[in-house]
Amino acid sequence: MSDCCGPSSSTAVLESPVETQPSRPRTGQIRTIALIGPPNCGKSTLFNRLTGMRQKVANYPGVTVEHHSGKMKSVGRPDLTLIDLPGIYSLATYSEDARVAVDVLKGNMHGVPAPDAVLLVLDCMHMNRQLMLAAPILSLGLPTLVLLNMADLLQARGGRIDALALAHELGHPVALISAAKGTGMELISSFLDQFGQFPLTRPGSAKLPILQSPASCRTWATQVSSRSRFQAPASPVWTRRLDTVLLHRIWGPIIFLLVVIAVFQVVFSVGQPLSDGLGNLLTHAGGEVALLLPDNWLRALLRDGLWNGVQSVLVFLPQILLLFLFIGILEDSGYLARAALIADRVMRVIGLNGKAFIPLLSAYACAVPAIMATRTIENKRERLATIMVAPFMTCSARLPIYTLVIAAFIPDKNILGHLIGLRASVMLGLYVLGFLAAMVTARLMNSSVMKASSAPFVLELPQYRWPTVRSLALRLYDRGMIFVRKAGTIILACTFLVWTLSVLPLHHGNFSVLTGSFIARLGHFIEPVIHPLGFDWKIGIGLLSSIVAREVIVGTLGTLYGVDPATHSTSLQMALHHDMTLGGAIALVVFFAFAMQCTSTIAVVRRETNGWKWPVIQFTYMSCVAYVGALITNQLFLHLF
Amino acid sequence: MALSDLRVGQSGTLGAVELPEKVSDHLAHLGFLPGAAVEVLRRAPAGDPTVYRIDGVEVALRSETARHINVNLAAVGLAGAPVESGR
Repeated sequence: MSDCCGPSSSTAVLESPVETQPSRPRTGQIRTIALIGPPNCGKSTLFNRLTGMRQKVANYPGVTVEHHSGKMKSVGRPDLTLIDLPGIYSLATYSEDARVAVDVLKGNMHGVPAPDAVLLVLDCMHMNRQLMLAAPILSLGLPTLVLLNMADLLQARGGRIDALALAHELGHPVALISAAKGTGMELISSFLDQFGQFPLTRPGSAKLPILQSPASCRTWATQVSSRSRFQAPASPVWTRRLDTVLLHRIWGPIIFLLVVIAVFQVVFSVGQPLSDGLGNLLTHAGGEVALLLPDNWLRALLRDGLWNGVQSVLVFLPQILLLFLFIGILEDSGYLARAALIADRVMRVIGLNGKAFIPLLSAYACAVPAIMATRTIENKRERLATIMVAPFMTCSARLPIYTLVIAAFIPDKNILGHLIGLRASVMLGLYVLGFLAAMVTARLMNSSVMKASSAPFVLELPQYRWPTVRSLALRLYDRGMIFVRKAGTIILACTFLVWTLSVLPLHHGNFSVLTGSFIARLGHFIEPVIHPLGFDWKIGIGLLSSIVAREVIVGTLGTLYGVDPATHSTSLQMALHHDMTLGGAIALVVFFAFAMQCTSTIAVVRRETNGWKWPVIQFTYMSCVAYVGALITNQLFLHLF
Repeated sequence: MALSDLRVGQSGTLGAVELPEKVSDHLAHLGFLPGAAVEVLRRAPAGDPTVYRIDGVEVALRSETARHINVNLAAVGLAGAPVESGR
């Protein structure tokens, strides 16, 4: 292999590790490989690249750091398990992430086999900094392949690194790769294939720092990278140019708002027709299949009960996917970090730490991972405040009921010229409402539970990059699968229960009519409580069932209206329109903006706070806010319009 | 002087970082170490946080943090010319 692959050569900058083979003799089989690297080095992209879609996500026992592992099928080694470790800067164990990484690497993590080898991923654009992690990792003494990621960008920007020289410096094989483009993967497989076949001695040039303080690691890293003839790439001109506009004093916030508005606008203007189309398709398919069944209770159960319930949730798949497509594009392109920078001022006003921003942002997808992500906040009180606030952020499980009510009650017209549709602005308003509730709650927590903050706001602004189709597709696939799986399990089960209760008790061997069923009796029993909010008993049953998960209400309503002869053949939107006033409908979405209807969130809060106290307080608080909010909304509509 | 006192476009060399160990360790791994060259790139639209270029990377800090980082103002070079970190 040549060692003259400078930045000027037009071929891919790749160095084979073959000439600098694994540094310690090893016999026997390898089974487990650990993947480790600093934050933002492209480790997740590489993990996805190496394992494909078949990855397993779980938690490490006792801690909430997520544990991703997968078989290395994509490089032809399905016999090897790749463990993805959290992104860390050093092995100093005061962060939970680093503690997990150390335990796994040393084989002390219960239930996780000790890794036989390590893949250390570094962003080769910033060698001086990234190499600092190499010192503690290499001193663990495990066979390690050092992967210099983003080699394509380094070359494109006129930077360079001599991978062979670096391999000699480190005493470990080095490969230049690009996880985003998929180049250099064959070097990883050849490292794995030739593993242990070459009993070699370790080159002596790497003198790892003994005292591993940041300063000494840094001195070592700078020496190693200069001996490897590292030349930093030219500064990213386009990133700077874009930032002069996107972080401009006036244009920055305006563009930020326009981006947010555009996202909601597209979720409606593109998502709604797709969702309607999918709905028609599913109804049609259900009808066709039902014709094949005998006209008895089984057909009624399958079509009116289960299919009506499940499909009324499934139709929201296009909108959920669109939302995640946008979040993916914003995150992968690097804009989300700029948004955090613009929003920091607001976060500070409500007394939230900058570190709370990322968990809160991910709470827009789902509160469960967001609450788990609060583990990075060292201060217990701040962490608690963030946990309390997170479920107010509008998670994707609220999208079905929001979209359903808005499509049924809000006319499809433009406001402010053609800038934004009325439907999109109502949706935006609901997101703002959740955010305001979060702000007020944080403020309350701040003056009672929380004291002065200590952890600072440190935000790295990555360079702008084109999001890759592959990574976006993976995200959408993941999200779509979660949604569909939920529809096929929790929602199916709830729908079954609702249907059963809505046809029982039997009268002389026949199903009871809806108004005489168990569920109607239950509904009428609770109706006085929710009547002031503008809800009838069917909505009440929907609310009860949605304590399991928010989307369930849509499935429940689908089933209830499907069983009811009066609304049997109309769409769910029409049926709702028939049963509710505008005030009640708006009160319903306001209720959902505030209420904590999610057993998964309750469970994760219980686990994270080690007891039932906080989840009970949180559930009670959010339910009260929801009830009062809906009551005020409905009464305002009653008296003003 | 403190890092937060630098104006946009000014550069300097970092001195001591007077922050709790956890914070200074984190900053050190991002390149905030004594002797490193730093340049003030821009402020966020609201005036704070400020984006610093250090070690080829852009990092935003609030002034409440940057206040505890010492810096020696670089000799005035050509107007506005960024001083690259010493590689």
